[in-house]
Amino acid sequence: MEKRVVITGAGVIGPIGKTASENWQNAVSGRSGIRRMTIVDPEQFTSQIAGEVKDFDPLDFFDRKLAKRIDRYTQFAMIAAREAYADSGIENSIESERLGVIIGSGIGGITTLEHEHKIALERGANRISPFFCPMMISNIAAGRVGIDVGAKGLNFSTVTACASSGHAIAIAVDMIKLGRVDAILAGGSEAPLTLTGVGGFCQLKALSTRNDDPETASRPFDRDRDGFVLSEGGAVVVLEDMEHALERGAYIIAEIMGSGMTCDAYHITAPAEKGEGSARSMKLAMKDAGIKPEDIDYINAHGTSTFLNDINETEAIKTALGSEKAMKTPVSSTKSVTGHMLGAGGAVEAIFTAFALRDGILPPTATLQNPGEGCDLDYVPGKARKADIMYALSNSLGFGGHNVTIALKKYSGK
Amino acid sequence: MSLESRVTDIIIDKLGVKPEQVTMEAQFDTDLGADSIDQYELIMGFEDAFGLRIDEEEATKLTTVGKVVNYLREKDLEQ
Repeated sequence: MEKRVVITGAGVIGPIGKTASENWQNAVSGRSGIRRMTIVDPEQFTSQIAGEVKDFDPLDFFDRKLAKRIDRYTQFAMIAAREAYADSGIENSIESERLGVIIGSGIGGITTLEHEHKIALERGANRISPFFCPMMISNIAAGRVGIDVGAKGLNFSTVTACASSGHAIAIAVDMIKLGRVDAILAGGSEAPLTLTGVGGFCQLKALSTRNDDPETASRPFDRDRDGFVLSEGGAVVVLEDMEHALERGAYIIAEIMGSGMTCDAYHITAPAEKGEGSARSMKLAMKDAGIKPEDIDYINAHGTSTFLNDINETEAIKTALGSEKAMKTPVSSTKSVTGHMLGAGGAVEAIFTAFALRDGILPPTATLQNPGEGCDLDYVPGKARKADIMYALSNSLGFGGHNVTIALKKYSGK
Repeated sequence: MSLESRVTDIIIDKLGVKPEQVTMEAQFDTDLGADSIDQYELIMGFEDAFGLRIDEEEATKLTTVGKVVNYLREKDLEQ
């Protein structure tokens, strides 16, 4: 019989909190983490708002030497991984060789890259720090987490822009089903708020310029949406073979039944017409999970607040579930309060979806006031809603045409 | 500030060690926990602070705090 995979731990650090539970409370109450940018001078950007991790001091988490030798994105990954690992209580119940790590990042250590590039230009290539490469590379978060928790099983990084941690979780589930390891720390992290990070996304005209009203700037599915808001943070889950989790008496948050992964093969940044690739991703996830459109009780949308994403994802959901079922299915975007955490987004949203199943609460699309043309689903606008749900999907899409959907199930005993 | 204190400060800053660990006899690898990349970064720190370049062959010989202090003192005398 195929192995089943469950979530036994969760960790999140991001714009709406420094722990998974704080993030969840703020997602449910619709408290935005978007403010005017502070960690990089916003004056020269068209988009001057961001979801920063508030009051963040690396020395609260790492000693001075380590803090200086890990990029901000790695810091977020390690903090989230430590929380998930402690939350799972797995430490003394697993062989180190049977514990893996898959942590994605869209960009990697861009803060480090900029800093050392400046030094090289000003003072010469022989003044580049010897730590530059092992700080900047986008797989080092996975490597560092492996060192930090002593996980000696499979270890790598997934890089698919905003779908990176969705892929990390999808692949991790498959790895556990195949029996490669018993548990995996899976997730993603991102720290894109730098001169070139913000500047680059501004030049794509992808970001909201609602600088005078940061807290409602990320408004997925709203007629006045004008782009996404860049955010930073990390999110990691402990995924575990259900038998292994039950044997050690672990607390189970939710089950991940399967996933779907597709490519638009259409355009580098724009989604395919009518969200064709995303629709196939959702269908494949349902097939992998052995469930049907009528089973779906909730979808945590990618919902970025860009014009193209939200209308095409809406179409994709209609294609995947059938129009009639789609109109009756609650769909929400928690990016309304977190902004877009890029490589960490898929994992944050998988965690919110798992908590929604566990608690019977649908987090709202907090900032949605007037649905945009063609955005006619039930987006759970404004306020959270109680709903006893059994099956849910979580979508992530990334530049490059990458689509991934995770299918989750409420855990209600074996 | 004495040469010793300047060297000690750089080591504390780069390696995150406690001042009392930085004795003249302390070995960078075994006593101060510096791996090869740490040690190279440290050499760069000395180069920047004292405005000189230490070639690789010389750098590999600078295995203790005292050896660095002596090396820099000699360099200083030469100038």
